[in-house]
Amino acid sequence: MNVGPIVLLLLFGILPLFAAAGDDGVAILNNQCKSCHNLDGPAPTTLQALRDRKGPDLFYAGSKYKSDWMIAWLQDPKRIRPAGMYYPDHIQPGPERDQIDTGGLPVHPRLDAPQARAVVAELMQRKDQQGRIRNGEYKPGSISIRMGELMFDKFRGCLACHEIEPGYGGKSGPEVYTAARRLQEDFMISYMRDPQAWDPKIFMPNRHLKESDLQKFVHYFRALSKENFE
Amino acid sequence: MNGLQSIRWCLLVLALGGAWFASGANAAERADLIYKTYCWQCHGMKGNGMGINIRDMSVQPRDHSDAKEMSSRSDEDLFKAIKLGGRAVDKSVLMPPWDGVLSDDEIHELVKYLRELCQCSHGRSH
Repeated sequence: MNVGPIVLLLLFGILPLFAAAGDDGVAILNNQCKSCHNLDGPAPTTLQALRDRKGPDLFYAGSKYKSDWMIAWLQDPKRIRPAGMYYPDHIQPGPERDQIDTGGLPVHPRLDAPQARAVVAELMQRKDQQGRIRNGEYKPGSISIRMGELMFDKFRGCLACHEIEPGYGGKSGPEVYTAARRLQEDFMISYMRDPQAWDPKIFMPNRHLKESDLQKFVHYFRALSKENFE
Repeated sequence: MNGLQSIRWCLLVLALGGAWFASGANAAERADLIYKTYCWQCHGMKGNGMGINIRDMSVQPRDHSDAKEMSSRSDEDLFKAIKLGGRAVDKSVLMPPWDGVLSDDEIHELVKYLRELCQCSHGRSH
């Protein structure tokens, strides 16, 4: 059997398609993402740099996000932080309390499916380089939503800054009812344990949570992510 | 002391005074930026406790412009509340500890900033 044509087809037909997809991911990141996202690190180390940041840091995206979620989100982006990345620049005094000035909030560009897959394939290669993730640290378990909410609100005060369902909770931080759809469990544990280890100037305080609380919060976020809030 | 020495002493005093004034101004600017970044979310843009986060809170944040209330707190209490959180001063858990983000020096600067906001000191309003 003459395998020459098959080899030629692989070399000049199919393989370049894969190569092109990889190149597209890098090209899209450089051309469309880099102006708002830090692809190389480090995270902001000054308050001015924190203020200047336009979108989430992506240099450890492969340790942070769930790829399926990212691929879907990039095709249909929805706001995750009600008051944007740096809330002080998107608020104004209101009659009852300060309000979000939605007019100034940027809208994330929409990618088509091949673009989203190419970008995510590239982003998933960017892993945490500082050993902050302990793989397999999260041990799946369960907690009732009622108990989880009690912990999240009354015991630890996290509801002050995070929404636990659309329109209910704080506005300055990212919503947590989609957290388990978006984020890898081991990342959530690590980030909640020490937010400043990931983002030295971020306005999320270190609550000095117990290890058992970290696990329970992830149980809670996973339970919330199964609720239908649409 | 001759005339030239007098001039040198005057210049030295002016330089030291200028540096002292500038460091104070820098500290005040730093405290202002820290307050905006970390405190506005709950205590509000005017420091009156009317931040964007407050609607669903079970306990409302302190109004930092309330001289009567703020003058009932010592500087040590304010420092402790910022550093270790509300629970450390028998207040709400909604006030988190900021020791993971702010240094002791920055928290001392914030306490001074709060005294400017309330126009008060411990035991008396200005």
